[in-house]
Amino acid sequence: MRRNAAFTFALAILSLLAILVSPASADEATLRPVVAKFATVKNFSQTEAVVRELAATGDPAVGKPLTALSEGDLYFRKSDAAVFIGKESGQTVKLADPLTAVDAGEAAKAEVTKVKVNNSLRRVIRDVLGTLTLGAADPAARLAAAQTMFKAPDANSIEALDVAILDEHIASVKLQLEQARASAVLVSDLPASEKLAAITVLEARGGRDALSLLTAVQARADGAVKDAATAAIDRINSSLALWGAAQNVWYGISLGSVLLLAAIGLAITFGVMGVINMAHGEMVMLGAYTTYVVQEVIRTSAPGLFDWSLAIALPLAFLVAAAVGFAIERGIIRFLYGRPLETLLATWGVSLILQQAVRTIFGPTNREVGNPSWMSGAFELGQLSITWNRLWILVFALAVFFALLFVMKRTPWGLQMRAVTASRRMAASMGIRTPWVDALTFALGSGIAGIAGVALSQIDNVSPNLGQGYIIDSFMVVVFGGVGNLWGTLVGALSLGILNKFLEPYAGAVLGKILVLVLIILFIQKRPRGLFALKGRAVEA
Amino acid sequence: MRGIQTTIRSLFAAGALAAGLSMAAPAMAQDDTIKVGILHSLSGTMAISETTLKDTMLFLIDEQNKKGGLLGKKLEAVVVDPASDWPLFAEKARELIEKDKVAAVFGCWTSVSRKSVLPVFEELNNLLFYPVQYEGEESQRNVFYTGAAPNQQAIPAVDYLMSEEGGSVKRWVLAGTDYVYPQTTNKILQAYLESKGVAKEDIMVNYTPFGHSDWQTIVTDIKNFGSAGKKTAVVSTVNGDANVPFYKELANQGIKAEDIPVVAFSVGEEELAGLDTAPLVGHLTAWNYFQSVDVPENEAFIAAWKEYTKNPKRVTNDPMEAHVIGFNMWVKAVEKAGTTDPDAVIDAIIGVSVPNLSGGYSTMMPNHHITKPVLIGEIQTDGQMETVWQTSGLVVGDEWSDYLPDSKDLISDWRAPMSCGNFNVATGKCGGKGVN
Amino acid sequence: MISGKFFVAGADRRIAITILILVAVAILVPVLNIAFPPDSALHVPSYMVALIGKYLCYALLALSLDLVWGYCGILSLGHGAFFALGGYAMGMYLMRQIGDRGVYGNPILPDFMVFLNWKELPWFWYGFDQFWFAALMVMLVPGLLAFCFGWLAFRSRVTGVYLSIITQAMTYALLLAFFRNDMGFGGNNGLTDFKDILGFNVQANTTRSALFAASALALALGVFVTWRIIGSKYGKLLMAVRDAESRTRFLGWRAENVKLFAFTVSAVMAGIAGALYVPQVGIINPGEFDPANSIEVVVWTAVGGRATIVGPIIGALLVNAGKSWFTGVLPEFWLFALGGLFVFVTLFLPKGVVGMYDQWKAGRGHRLKAAATGDAPPLAPVSPAVESARAEKGWQVPSGGPEPAAAE
Repeated sequence: MRRNAAFTFALAILSLLAILVSPASADEATLRPVVAKFATVKNFSQTEAVVRELAATGDPAVGKPLTALSEGDLYFRKSDAAVFIGKESGQTVKLADPLTAVDAGEAAKAEVTKVKVNNSLRRVIRDVLGTLTLGAADPAARLAAAQTMFKAPDANSIEALDVAILDEHIASVKLQLEQARASAVLVSDLPASEKLAAITVLEARGGRDALSLLTAVQARADGAVKDAATAAIDRINSSLALWGAAQNVWYGISLGSVLLLAAIGLAITFGVMGVINMAHGEMVMLGAYTTYVVQEVIRTSAPGLFDWSLAIALPLAFLVAAAVGFAIERGIIRFLYGRPLETLLATWGVSLILQQAVRTIFGPTNREVGNPSWMSGAFELGQLSITWNRLWILVFALAVFFALLFVMKRTPWGLQMRAVTASRRMAASMGIRTPWVDALTFALGSGIAGIAGVALSQIDNVSPNLGQGYIIDSFMVVVFGGVGNLWGTLVGALSLGILNKFLEPYAGAVLGKILVLVLIILFIQKRPRGLFALKGRAVEA
Repeated sequence: MRGIQTTIRSLFAAGALAAGLSMAAPAMAQDDTIKVGILHSLSGTMAISETTLKDTMLFLIDEQNKKGGLLGKKLEAVVVDPASDWPLFAEKARELIEKDKVAAVFGCWTSVSRKSVLPVFEELNNLLFYPVQYEGEESQRNVFYTGAAPNQQAIPAVDYLMSEEGGSVKRWVLAGTDYVYPQTTNKILQAYLESKGVAKEDIMVNYTPFGHSDWQTIVTDIKNFGSAGKKTAVVSTVNGDANVPFYKELANQGIKAEDIPVVAFSVGEEELAGLDTAPLVGHLTAWNYFQSVDVPENEAFIAAWKEYTKNPKRVTNDPMEAHVIGFNMWVKAVEKAGTTDPDAVIDAIIGVSVPNLSGGYSTMMPNHHITKPVLIGEIQTDGQMETVWQTSGLVVGDEWSDYLPDSKDLISDWRAPMSCGNFNVATGKCGGKGVN
Repeated sequence: MISGKFFVAGADRRIAITILILVAVAILVPVLNIAFPPDSALHVPSYMVALIGKYLCYALLALSLDLVWGYCGILSLGHGAFFALGGYAMGMYLMRQIGDRGVYGNPILPDFMVFLNWKELPWFWYGFDQFWFAALMVMLVPGLLAFCFGWLAFRSRVTGVYLSIITQAMTYALLLAFFRNDMGFGGNNGLTDFKDILGFNVQANTTRSALFAASALALALGVFVTWRIIGSKYGKLLMAVRDAESRTRFLGWRAENVKLFAFTVSAVMAGIAGALYVPQVGIINPGEFDPANSIEVVVWTAVGGRATIVGPIIGALLVNAGKSWFTGVLPEFWLFALGGLFVFVTLFLPKGVVGMYDQWKAGRGHRLKAAATGDAPPLAPVSPAVESARAEKGWQVPSGGPEPAAAE
C-alpha cells in the first residue's frame, strides 16, 4: 500500500511540477488532439515538436504513443488522419488506440502510413520518457529512467530526482538516482560545494560514462571544481587501465573458447586418429546450417519455442555432422589410413563438395540465425562488460571439453578408441572391431564439430564459407597444443586467444594475427610436437 | 619407345582438350543473336554478393527479349564463373570477348577484379558495366561505372550526420576492412572532415582483415572513443562477411543507434537478410537505392523480379539497381547508334538518360559515371531500410576526388576533342594514360 | 635399387621427348599465332596463347612441388607463397616500368601509393627499376625464404603433417601481410596496369608470344634441371630420405641438408614460374598466397602422378584446362568436379595419370621387365581394395604416425 501512496504522491508532485513548467493539464481529452497532430507532420522537426508538446503535458499516458513512435509502430489512416498504434502482420496492420491500446481493427498496409522516426527523435523520446517514468511502479522502469537521466543530464530534473530519491526504497535504484542527480547537478548553476559532492558521487561510480561527464565538467568549470574533476578523472583512468587489462583477458578467454570449440572435434579426428580432416570446417558449417533449419521450422510452426531452438538444434547438429562424418570415414578415409597426406587431399575435396552442395541448396547468401533472448545483451561486472553469448559459449565449450574428456577416459568406448590408437594390431587381437571404432571415432569428432557450429552460428555468419574461416586456426590450435592430447588443445586454444587479444591493441588486428602465426611457426621449430607432446614410441611410428 | 608414346599421347590428350575449347566457340556464334557477357563469381567468397547480380542480368535480358530484343535480334546471355579468383576474371573476360564475341560485359564486384580485367577491355576494345560502389580514382574509356563514387555515398552520409537532424556528430570512427575501397574512402573522408574543422584527435581510423570475426576489442574501443563527451558516429566500410559478427557484437555490447549510430556503405538488403535486425534498428546505411523506396517503378520492378525468381522473399539492392540502369543505358545507346560496335556505343551512351528505380532519371556523364540520388536509410526490424534523408537533387559521380591532393586537379571527359580519363586542369595535359 | 639403371634409362627418353616438345611448342605456337592470319585454320588465337602460357607457368609450379613432394616426401602446402613472391618481384619491376604513364603521372610512385598519400618510395622498392635486379630478386626472395624456413624446420626435424601445416601457416601469414595496405604492395588490389617489359608493350601479340616461348623454355629447363638432380647421386639420397629418413640419417647422411637443398631449389623454380606468370595475366595480388591455391597445386601434381617428372606437367595442364572449361560451361558444377577429382585421384589413382598408365602397361604383361622398371614411384602399389582388406584384418601399423610412408 505504501508503494501506491508514494507513487500517487510522486505523481502529484510531478504533475504539480508539470503545471509549473507548462500550463497544459493532463487528461485524455487534451492529449488526443495533440496525438492527432502526428498525422499532419511534414518532417522530423515537426514530429519532434509534437513529441515535446506531448511530453510537456507530464501525463504518463503519453508513454504509449511515444514508445510506439520510437519503435516505428505509430500509424495514421490515410482516409481520416486518425492516429493508431499498429502491428504489421503480413499485408495488414493490426490497429489499436494510441492512448488506451484498445483494439481498433485492421487495415491493409496501403491504407495507413507510418509516422517516420529517426535517431534524433528516438533520443528525444527516450529522454522525455525517462523523466516521465521516474515514478513508475516497476523498479526496472525506474532504474532505466534513472540511467537515461544520468546519461542525459538536465538541470531542470533535479527537483523531480530529489523527490524520487526520498521515495525510493530499493538501494540499487536509489544509488542510480543519486548518480543521476549528481550528473544533473554538474550541469546546473548550483554552488560549487554541491558540485564537489556530485563529483565525489561520480568518481565512486567510475567507468566510461562518469568519465565522459567529468571530462565535460573539466572543460567547462574552473577553480576547485575543475581541480576536483581533474583529480577524479585521473583516478578513474588509472582504475580503468586495470579493468582494461582484465577486459583483455576476458576477451582472450572468449576468443580462446571459440577456438577451442572449433578445434576440439579436430583434436579427435586429427589428434587422436591422425586423420588430417580438411573438411572439419564444413562439419562446423553443417552444424550452423542445422541450427538455421531448426530455427526456420520453429519460426513458422512454433514461435513460442524460439528460446529453445539451440537446445533442439544441438542433438540434431550432432547427428547430422556425425552422420556425414561416418559416411566420409566409411566411403573414403578408411582406404587411406597410414597415408595422412592423401587423406588431406581427399578431405579437401570433400570440403569443396560440401561447400558447393550447401551453396546449391541454401543459396550463397548468409542465413539468419537469431540469438535467443538468454543469449542477447550484456551485463556489467565491475567495469567489465560481459556479453551473454560469449559467456555461454565459454561455458558450452568447457562443457563439451569435459564431456569429451569423460568419454575418452572413463567409458569403454573411449578405452577402445585409445587402444586402437595406441596399437591397432594388439587392439584387434583383443577382439576390438577396429574398423568400427575408427568409424565411430571419426563420427564423434565430426559430431562435435557440428555442435560447435551451433554455438558459432550465434556469433558468426552462417554462409557456405563459414568453415573455411576456422580450419587453419583449428589446425594451429591442435598442433600448438600437441597432437593427441585434449588438455593440450584446451591450453593451446586459450593461450592463443589471450595472446591474440593482447597483441591486438598494439599491433592491430591484422598484424596481431600474423605475429601469432609466426610465433606458432617458430614454436613448432622449438617443440616439433607441440606444447604437450605425447611421449613414447607411437609418436615416431 | 614406350616412354615416347606415353608422352606424346598424354600431351596430345591435353592439346586436344585445349583445342576443343577454342574450336567450340566459333561454331556456336550465330548472327541472329546479340551476346551479352555476365562476369560474376558464382563460387568462392564473392558468390555471396555476385550471384544475385547474375540473376538480375538474366532477368533483364529475359525482359528485353520479351519486348522484342534489340535491333531486331534476340539477346543471349553468356554466363561464366570467374570463381572469386582475380586472374581468372581476366582470363574469362578475354574468353567472353575473343571467343564468345559478346557485345558488352556486365560484371565484377571487387575493385581488384575490375583492375584485373581493365587491360583486357582496353586491349580488345569492349564494354564493361561495373555496378558496385567503389573508391573512384579511375576513369577508363571502356568502363561504365554505374555504382556510386565516394561523393555519391560517403560524403553525403557524413554531411547528414554532421547536420542537426543527423545528430550533429563531432567525433568519428572510420572503421573498415583493410583494402583499397575503405582505405581510399577513409582518406577522402579524413580530408573532408578536417576541411570541416574536425580535429585530428576526434577521428579514429581502424582496419581489420577480411572476414574478421572477433570484434570484441574493436567494439569496446569504439565504445570508449564514444564516451569522450562528444556525439560520436561510426562510418563503416567493413566489407561483406565481417559485417554480421560486427553488428552482432554491437548489438550485444548495447551500442544503440541513438548513442553511437553506425553508417555503413557496404551493407544492403542482401547482407541484412542474414541478420536479426531488431537490435540494429536506427543504424544507418547510405546508398542510391533502397528496396523500400515507395515509387511505382520500384514496385513494378520488385514484383517482376519476385515473379522471375519465383521467390517472394528475394530482396533487391543497390548494385542490382545499378545493373538495371546500366543495362537500360546500354540498350538505349545501342538503339541510338544502331549497332553494338563498342566505339559507336561509347560515343552514343554519353548523355543517355534512363529512369532509375527511385523515381527519377539517371544520366551517363562524359566521365563514364552516372548521376544518382543519395539516400540515407535507417535499418528497420524487417531488414529493410527506411529513407530518413535524401539529397535534394541528383549527384554527379566524381571520379577524381577533390579531397585527395594528387587527384584534385584531374578531370575526365571521354567526348571527342578531349577524350581523356585523367586530364590535368592545372597543366592542361592529359595525364599520360587513356590517349587512344 | 636393382632396377635403377632401367629406371633412369626409361625416364631418359621420356624427359628428352618432353623437352623437345616444349621447345617445339615454344617456337611453333608463337609462329602460328603471329605468322598466320586469324581466319587461317592453323592460326592459334591470342587468347589461347595467353591461356596456355598461363598453364605452362602452373606446370612449372607443379613441377617444383613435385621435386620436394614426389622425390623428397615434403608435402609443402605453401608453394603458392614462393610462386607469389616471384610474381611480386616481377610485378614490382613492371610497376616501376610504368614510370610517369600512371594515371597521376608520378614518375616514381606507383598509382596506389599516390592515392594513399605516400610521399616517397619505400626502401624495398629500390632497385626494381632495373630488370637484372628484379630477375635476381625473383629467385633470391623465394629462395631465401625457403632456405630460412627450411633451415629452421628441417633442423628441428619437423616432418610430415606438421611440416605441411606450418608451410600452410607460412603462406597464410604472408596472405594476411600482403593484404595490408601499409605493407606497400598495393594491398588487396595488388599490382596491376602494367605497360611494358624490357621496353616491349605487354599487351602486344609479339610480347605475349615471347613470354609464352619464355615460359615453355623455362619449363623445359625446369624439366632438365629436375631430371639432372634426380638422376644424380644426390637424387638417390633425396629418395632415400623420402623413403626412410631415420635410416638415411643413421647411415651418416645429413638428411636436413639434403631436404634443404631440394626445398630451396624448388622455391626458386616456383619463383620463376610466378615471375613469368605475372606479365601474362597482368595482375599479381595477395589472392595468390591463399592456402587453397597451394593445395590446388598439390592436386595437379597428384593428378598427373607424383615422383614422375612429366606427371605434374600433365596434371597442371589437365586440371586447368578442365577448370577453364567447367567455369565456362557448367559454372555451378566446377567445385563439385574439382572436389570429386581430389577424392577420385587419391582413392583410385594414387599414382596419378602417368603412374596409372605405367601400371596398366605393366598389367598387360608385355615386356614385363621394362614396364615394371618404368618410373613408378617406389611406394609399393597398394590398391584401395587391398588396403581396406588390411584395415579390415587390423593389419595396419598404427596410423597416428606422421610419416607419409608409415604403412608401408
